[in-house]
Amino acid sequence: MLISQDDRLSFEKSVPGRRGVILPKERFCENDPFKNIPPHLKRQTTIGFPELGEPEVIRHFINLSRKNFSVDTHFYPLGSCTMKYNPKVNEWAARQEKFTALHPLQTEETAQGIFEILYELEEGLKEITGMDRFTLQPAAGAHGELTGMMLVRAYHASRSETKRTKVLVPDSSHGTNPASAALFGYHVVEVKSDSRGRVDLEDLKRHLDEHVACLMLTNPNTLGLFEKNILEITKLVHQYGGLLYYDGANLNPLLGIARPGDMGFDIIHVNLHKTFSTPHGGGGPGSGPVGVKSHLAAFLPGPLVEKTKNGFVWAKKNPQSVGRVKLFHGNVGVIIRAYTYLKTIGKEGLRQVSDAAILNANYMKEKLKETFQVAIDEPCMHEFVLSIKTFDAQGIHAGDIGKRLLDYGFHAPTVHFPLVVPEALMIEPTETEAKETLDRFIEAMEQIAKEIHEDPEKIKHAPHTLPVRRPNDVLAARKPILSYRDQLREKYLLAEAAA
Amino acid sequence: MPYLSLTDEDKKTLLQKIGVNSVEDLLKDIPVSLRNPKVSLPAGLSEPEVQALLTKLGQKNTTTKDFLSFLGAGSYEHFIPAAELEIVGRQEFLTAYTPYQPEASQGTLQAIYEYQSLMTELTGLDVSNASHYDGATALAESALVALKHTNRSKILVARSVHPHYRETIRTYLTGTPYMVEEFGFEVSGKLDKTDLLAKLNMDIAGVIFQSPNFFGIIEDLEGLSETIHANGSLMILTANPLSLGIFRTPGEWGADIAAGEGQPLGLSMEFGGPFLGYFVVSQALMRRIPGRLAGLTEDADGKRAFCLTLQAREQHIRRERAGSNICSNQALCALAACAYMTLLGKKGIREIAEINFDRAQYLRSKIAKLKNFEVDVNLPIFNEFRVFSKKPFADVEKKMKEQQIFAGVSLETFYPELKNQFLVCATETKSKEGLDRFVEVLARC
Repeated sequence: MLISQDDRLSFEKSVPGRRGVILPKERFCENDPFKNIPPHLKRQTTIGFPELGEPEVIRHFINLSRKNFSVDTHFYPLGSCTMKYNPKVNEWAARQEKFTALHPLQTEETAQGIFEILYELEEGLKEITGMDRFTLQPAAGAHGELTGMMLVRAYHASRSETKRTKVLVPDSSHGTNPASAALFGYHVVEVKSDSRGRVDLEDLKRHLDEHVACLMLTNPNTLGLFEKNILEITKLVHQYGGLLYYDGANLNPLLGIARPGDMGFDIIHVNLHKTFSTPHGGGGPGSGPVGVKSHLAAFLPGPLVEKTKNGFVWAKKNPQSVGRVKLFHGNVGVIIRAYTYLKTIGKEGLRQVSDAAILNANYMKEKLKETFQVAIDEPCMHEFVLSIKTFDAQGIHAGDIGKRLLDYGFHAPTVHFPLVVPEALMIEPTETEAKETLDRFIEAMEQIAKEIHEDPEKIKHAPHTLPVRRPNDVLAARKPILSYRDQLREKYLLAEAAA
Repeated sequence: MPYLSLTDEDKKTLLQKIGVNSVEDLLKDIPVSLRNPKVSLPAGLSEPEVQALLTKLGQKNTTTKDFLSFLGAGSYEHFIPAAELEIVGRQEFLTAYTPYQPEASQGTLQAIYEYQSLMTELTGLDVSNASHYDGATALAESALVALKHTNRSKILVARSVHPHYRETIRTYLTGTPYMVEEFGFEVSGKLDKTDLLAKLNMDIAGVIFQSPNFFGIIEDLEGLSETIHANGSLMILTANPLSLGIFRTPGEWGADIAAGEGQPLGLSMEFGGPFLGYFVVSQALMRRIPGRLAGLTEDADGKRAFCLTLQAREQHIRRERAGSNICSNQALCALAACAYMTLLGKKGIREIAEINFDRAQYLRSKIAKLKNFEVDVNLPIFNEFRVFSKKPFADVEKKMKEQQIFAGVSLETFYPELKNQFLVCATETKSKEGLDRFVEVLARC
């Protein structure tokens, strides 16, 4: 059997006396000074860690890794997540000891190499997005949004505009948008999409007044469509004194094609772990630099890098800065990877990336249209959304198709999102996939369409070839078992009940 | 450029199928005035050139491997087992997305579950999330949890908590209806209990402590959890997780939340990130914990399975009503910490803490004998301590650097009143010769 069926935890493989690392025996102090530590300051209980030798630990984790789909093993057409190939030279760069062994509080002159990388990446992002200044501190997209909302608040406060309590988000937006705005007490108002999936201008106008602090927008939106009225949208919001926030989750099809800064956005975050090819790591770490136009630069979190004739330094803290949003200087390891990527693709690569991402998506859409319903059938950017509600009669949901795709060796697209499309299946191939891969995926989708008619039960109970099948999430939430300790407690309670 | 797989022939086929002549034809929604902006960037480099460039940039850095380093203050130099690096290097972990499809992510999910299990063991609390961005943001979100849980308006923070953590908490709460108040520390660096008690009132949602605190001191929190709980507030403790191998845990102190920085658990310093925010709470706060949680359940065939759970707390379900907006976390860093803790095991985690303690104690006792420097040898510490210099610290730092030593972190930068004082950290990475050399060079300063 290729994939291990062993589902025991490391804790359950523990054998007293085994160890994975041998540490130095020697102690430098005479008369163990720990004896002088007051007993109540010491740890009172033993540590319930497992005991395994290095060979067992390695086999344990390597077998776990084989229970994952990943970009390096599977096509991963997850919409709005931009699961493009993660170049290995980026990894090579980030693992250089000359970077990994840098302490964040070293003096400036001892870290000029890393300063140069931070500076150059900021310059690149400014060019690509049309913004004037970036902070590299935010750790992820949502963290960037949070920072963005702080900037919105600080900007309006500096102008004594305290009545601006409202943040507008389209109904097709990512969940992080309303969540980020709400964290600062903003009243979140949803703007409807029109019949073509764009911001409904009339609805937007209805919500515009002197209370608007900001409109948060993803463009292209989560349907993969460019907001064709973007210039009118940004103009309208500005007329009412609001700011425009650009969610950079879908920046991948705009490189060298159009810039959020030119569209009228005041604040933007960029997901380095999407457009700039850094790996997702099973959920992170990412990096979400936030860029602003010059009228907001004073509010950015510090520290920022500055180039002087004597080299790079940390800029003096601006008194108007919202303050730091993170420990030290950001996810520098991720920033090194993005910098390496930018150096590799260069100016001419920008357009090639976006062109191929757009081509791949439109090709898939055209092919899949023959079998499935496209939510909005127009030329798309880097992604598009299918609506599976045409299979209601067979009782098939978007999620079922996602599960069945796993059997065919493809990761599921994003399912049941955006919320504006019933039974949504959101597909983003990215530019790094070959035509043969797209064709194989399309074939699998066509095959699944056939199966839906011939044997819908097979789809409803998929997947059939993976280590597990449809974990019961209702049970997991009703009776949460979140650690080995919970398991032991549960076992104890069961035994007690039986007795 | 590399990483693109479409040949010119492919492109033709694709365009033909789409029914357009060029990509430009697909961009009609983009206003013409926006299209084809001037972007000034250098041309792309070949891989040998990229490697050469990055090597050259690396050489402009002087690292903690080039010099003998005693820098700490929230970022620590530790030994990383080779086996851990191999595990974290597995591309199946590295290039996977968030495990929203559990069947395709049992590897990541089980690893997160084991990480959560290890963190509950280490901190002595009940429920750990799958990770937060870093110590500062974890602590800031712990403040939000306390404020929402108690429905009160103020957070009380010890001034001996890491200055970056305190600044981040303030940033997070500025402009909200919530407030931050700080209580001080004694001359010794220990928290000032009198000041704390004077400020503890019915507005206080939570009290945040750090131990070992920013000055490296193990705080004596005896009786505080009773007092804080009697006031209806939560107790939040941020601890160097490695110190918990031998020192009293947040759970044992009666804390409700342990939130802080997991970097000492096998992560390299990387100029300050990516690090690992850990977040562990008592059972009572389970449904308020921010971020992802992996849970154990059964699959449709009754087999053991793992999945993300209690997602009704999170932004992708709850949108503006979510308790936190976190989405991406630091999953791979949590995996690294998980592998590190598993490799060290029950005995190793204790020993590594003992060795850190031993190295710092040894160094402190040697510095105590120097004429121009003072330390308080009676304070309980873990692997870091405060040194008072009779000479200007800037001069000391410069002279040490000339001898290829990073002497420590200046405290005056963070606390203007602490002139010519610095933090010195000694971990298991320091040999006896290294420690002796530090003392010897310091003596000549």
